[in-house]
Amino acid sequence: MDSRAARSSGSSRDQRPLRQRLADASAPYLYSAPALILIVTVMLVPLVLGISYAFRDIQLLNPFSGGFIGIDHFKTLSQDENFYRALRNTLWWTGWSVLLQFAFGLILALLLDKPFHGRAIVQALVFLPWAVPSFLAGLNWSWLFNPVVGPLPHWFFAIGLMSEPANILSDPQLSMWGPIIANVWWGIPFFAITLLAALQAIPRDLYEAASIDGAGPVQRFISITLPFLAPTIAITVLLRTVWISNFADLIIVMTNGGPADRSQIVASYIFTQAFKRLDFGYASAIALVLLVLLITYSMLIVVLRQWLVSKD
Amino acid sequence: MTGKRILSTLAHRLAILAYVAFALFPLYWLLKVSVTPNNLLYSEGIRMWPSQTSFEHFEFVLRHSEFPTFFKNSLIVSGSTAVIVTVLASLAGYAMSRFNFRGKYWIVTLMLLTQMFPLVMLVAPIFKMLSPLGLTNSLTGLVIVYTAFNVPFATFLMQSFFDGIPKDLEEAAMIDGATQFVAFRQIILPLTLPGIAATLGFVFTAAWSELLFSLMLISGNDAATFPVGLLSFVSKFSVDFGQMMAAGVMALIPACLFFLLIQRYLVQGLTAGAVKG
Repeated sequence: MDSRAARSSGSSRDQRPLRQRLADASAPYLYSAPALILIVTVMLVPLVLGISYAFRDIQLLNPFSGGFIGIDHFKTLSQDENFYRALRNTLWWTGWSVLLQFAFGLILALLLDKPFHGRAIVQALVFLPWAVPSFLAGLNWSWLFNPVVGPLPHWFFAIGLMSEPANILSDPQLSMWGPIIANVWWGIPFFAITLLAALQAIPRDLYEAASIDGAGPVQRFISITLPFLAPTIAITVLLRTVWISNFADLIIVMTNGGPADRSQIVASYIFTQAFKRLDFGYASAIALVLLVLLITYSMLIVVLRQWLVSKD
Repeated sequence: MTGKRILSTLAHRLAILAYVAFALFPLYWLLKVSVTPNNLLYSEGIRMWPSQTSFEHFEFVLRHSEFPTFFKNSLIVSGSTAVIVTVLASLAGYAMSRFNFRGKYWIVTLMLLTQMFPLVMLVAPIFKMLSPLGLTNSLTGLVIVYTAFNVPFATFLMQSFFDGIPKDLEEAAMIDGATQFVAFRQIILPLTLPGIAATLGFVFTAAWSELLFSLMLISGNDAATFPVGLLSFVSKFSVDFGQMMAAGVMALIPACLFFLLIQRYLVQGLTAGAVKG
């Protein structure tokens, strides 16, 4: 019961003066108004503007641009090799980043779930990458991959992975892996933190009961831990997928989409078009395509969820 | 049995050690290069620790570069964003926690949506909107943009803290004649102080790391925030690794301090809005 109702049920509710009732009804809106106004003007209005830009010729450096050009941008886009590569790269980037972050995050959560001496300190240390600003994480890893100051190329060379200590960020075949590795380093704590919280919510006596019944560790993991974690896993993986597919910082810092647009994902391609080429119209057209793809993905999740619910 | 137990404990500790090493190694390397004097940088390239250390890079960065300005700008932007967001989010979060009203469903939906769509979409339109207002190349413009981006998740976070405080407290105060706002300000807010501190920390960290919008909106050195300054430094003097890494260590310090502050609340923060980062 909400506090207004609780209060008015004490007195005779409808005899309060109109002004009082109006004030009560508008209170929650007054509390949330400043936040809402800001969200609408700085996020919703630009979103709508951006959608309109997709159908206009808007180039920052060209004062004569600005006219309505229909679907011309989308025609260009359908022939844009770099865009298709960026689409494939987005799948590659998102898939590997989420998979590795999740796998290593789950293992870390399981390791930290066991009590041991100094757990609090270890936890703070392994979660630290989460706090490192993304631009710094990107720079830091690009330095590690740089043969001049970084050790990684020399190690790869020493164990025979490379024929000479070279920078994988400037290799068209491998450049995508630089940002992916940085992203895994940076994102493991996110999964570890959320999964650890879910693990610690599992009632301990379930495990005791199971081991009295003779279940081994693997059996306990499959029949107790996994079912309990499943909802958390589903939600974090799905949300994280959307978030990572939009996450361009590391790529922009580490490779700038290069060499020759080989490591461009759609989000970084949008930024490159807007920031480097100052072509706001084309950037917005790509952004609109990305938005439609993400909405489709989210709808798929909703449908999948309902299908799973109705199956039970 | 005991042999097996020792073995599994050993494997557990080794795995933990591997994780700690992986998490800390890049930061360790950053620190190591930042204290390596220039004449040893290349000759002792991949040694784990240089035979001599010096703070010459830090001294140069602090005395002869513009990094102190960038640092100050970032501090102003992140600090103001954190304070404004926390005030707005406390109000909105309180409304979400204590009232049942018609528009609530739509407000929550709107805020959730802002967490899902690609913010990079807004780079161009926001630039076009702020430019005639004179808010590009200005710290104020950045604060406005960052505040809007961070309000939704901060609202959910504050709501979760308010939900943890029993309603009887303000009901008792209101029976004694206080208005709800007075009860909110004098009774509920003081009880939420740890939550307020955590929200401040989360927002500060998020604003401190933001990159794309600061790159787009800021072009001169005067209003450059740390990421903008560091990246332009990297593209201009890409050989001065020692100085770049010294600057990197400087950028890391506030992030680490705030991490210590909010560490206890990480779970709550991450579930509130799957925070950026």
